Amino acid sequence: MRFILRRLGFYLAALAVAVTINFFLPRLLPGDPAAVILGTQASKLTAENLKAVREALGLSDAPLIQQYVTYLNHLFQGNFGLSYTYFPAPVTKVIANGFIWTLLLGSVSLILSFVLGNLIGIIGSWRRGGVIDSVLPPLLIFIGSFPAFFLALGMLYTFGVKLDVLPISHAYNNRLPQGFNLPFILSIIEHMILPATTSVLLGIGGWALGMRNVMVSVLADDYVTMAEAKGLKQARVMFRYAARNALLPGVTGFGIALGAVLSGQILIETVFSYPGLGFLLINSVNGRDYPLMQGLFMMITVGILAANFFIDILYTWLDPRVRAG
Amino acid sequence: MNENDKKEQPEKSAESKPRFSLKAPLAGALGTLLGSSKARVGFVIVMIFVLAGVFASSIAPGDPKKYVGKPNQPPSAQFILGTNPQGKDVFRQFVWGSRLSLLIGFGSAALMTIIATVVGMMAGFYRGIVDDVLNFIMNLFLVIPGLPLLVLLSAYLKPGTTTIIFALAITGWAFNGRIIRAQTMSLREKDFVAAAVVSGEPALKIIFIHILPNMVNILVGGFIGAVIYGIMSSTGLAFLGLASTADVTWGTNLFWAQNGGALMIGAWWAFMPSGMAVAIVAFGLALINYGMDEITNPRLTAERNVNSVLKKARIPRMRATPVVPHEH
Repeated sequence: MRFILRRLGFYLAALAVAVTINFFLPRLLPGDPAAVILGTQASKLTAENLKAVREALGLSDAPLIQQYVTYLNHLFQGNFGLSYTYFPAPVTKVIANGFIWTLLLGSVSLILSFVLGNLIGIIGSWRRGGVIDSVLPPLLIFIGSFPAFFLALGMLYTFGVKLDVLPISHAYNNRLPQGFNLPFILSIIEHMILPATTSVLLGIGGWALGMRNVMVSVLADDYVTMAEAKGLKQARVMFRYAARNALLPGVTGFGIALGAVLSGQILIETVFSYPGLGFLLINSVNGRDYPLMQGLFMMITVGILAANFFIDILYTWLDPRVRAG
Repeated sequence: MNENDKKEQPEKSAESKPRFSLKAPLAGALGTLLGSSKARVGFVIVMIFVLAGVFASSIAPGDPKKYVGKPNQPPSAQFILGTNPQGKDVFRQFVWGSRLSLLIGFGSAALMTIIATVVGMMAGFYRGIVDDVLNFIMNLFLVIPGLPLLVLLSAYLKPGTTTIIFALAITGWAFNGRIIRAQTMSLREKDFVAAAVVSGEPALKIIFIHILPNMVNILVGGFIGAVIYGIMSSTGLAFLGLASTADVTWGTNLFWAQNGGALMIGAWWAFMPSGMAVAIVAFGLALINYGMDEITNPRLTAERNVNSVLKKARIPRMRATPVVPHEH
């Protein structure tokens, strides 16, 4: 319990720092941030335009500390302002929409790469020197060396343009009635195949290598030899005895991997125009939609922190030693 | 006084020679690097691109940003790698791109390694409040998502090479910092550190002159990982149009290709060179790290030795400890 409370305290502190970064970044710009932000259109700007932007950013002539309090107040009320590009939708609504898609794509690809990668690692370490152990790791490292967006472009070109078998953009078929019906769900799955496969291909190598390295040392432990000597079934020794313990470092890695997965996913979403948070983030930057951009950064950070906290809780459940410490 | 000086001097110089110089451990790291065939291959790959960047003006003479002919021409004798949607020479872009891409990668990695080393070693050496604060900062940077912060930074800051190097360093140093901290904590318990502490040497000297040379392998490994991170992230940012589009990097090349819809018209040659370059360099760097790990990690070395013995004795690999028969 104390462990969990301590972690919670850390994540709250991290959140406070992220909020502060979000608050100060626009104010670090030289000159009037609103004017800089509106930049190219400065000549056409009226005083009113400027005022509107300043208000959206919470900029005023009040002392900095007072602005900060106002900003925090707005945050707690869930008031991120209105999006420029999706005007007049409030930022929160745009983000809520994108969040569903990011969560869907992210969890599907993360679970797939975690399960497949660990399986490859387990089986590879069990049959060291076998095909899975000698061919797959270097191949997966090589695939993992591709920039996420480049692999995504390759998939898009091969399966979307050349072979023309899979949709290349968006998350579902617009022409179908939305809701809980089979054609619509099938179209969601169809649209997810390319981005999810890209993400899995990128992530799977790391899991496989990590698992393999831990398995190699766990397999050398006496209790595994003992289990084998007792004549237990191979699969039982492999999964219930060895892999179960070798999985622990991987679970910790999960939290750190989330950040990398998310970075990759931002690029993948952009390439496939998949309407998640990453796609929105890049669009908001290109469209100079500062309220949306700030809200997205906040939301992504909260999401990552929450996921990390969840992993901490999971970890205490998996490893009793943490609970004691 | 004089006598004392004389007495101390030879002792000092004898003690300082092996510990004060980074040369020996660096040479050691280089030795391990070239001792593994994987690392050698990786090293050659990276060097080819470094040389291409350095000698770009003689390999691909001419301005890579110039309009040279009809857009989207496939590779031909005139344009080895064809032209991109803006009618620029892809080969020139590809060669010149390695210069700035690698500069950003190595530059940001150097900065990341310096920050990570200073913060990580301080945190690992001092206990109590210093460690608590520094460790908190490291965990914080680890948990705040990197690419979104990078995107945010590049939206607010003026795009340019220096900006991107600093932005990458700020978002990417913490991972190595944590590893260095852990290593420092374990080295701190070693006798030679205790001896230095007892003889009253200043803390900074102990950290950077006694402890640092003992973790060169980790620093080099971390540096190489940081180069991969730097090249990958900067290419991604540039592809998204968040870097200065006036610069020629592999990322901006890909941005221009995407911007002109090269894929949709099937002009794959506008994409392939720069994208493959990033992948091959990253793979080469990963090979170096992989090879170094194989040599410096005793567990992997032992495993390799066992494997080769088993192969010679023609014993299939199994779980239980094998008994190798003596050949008489």
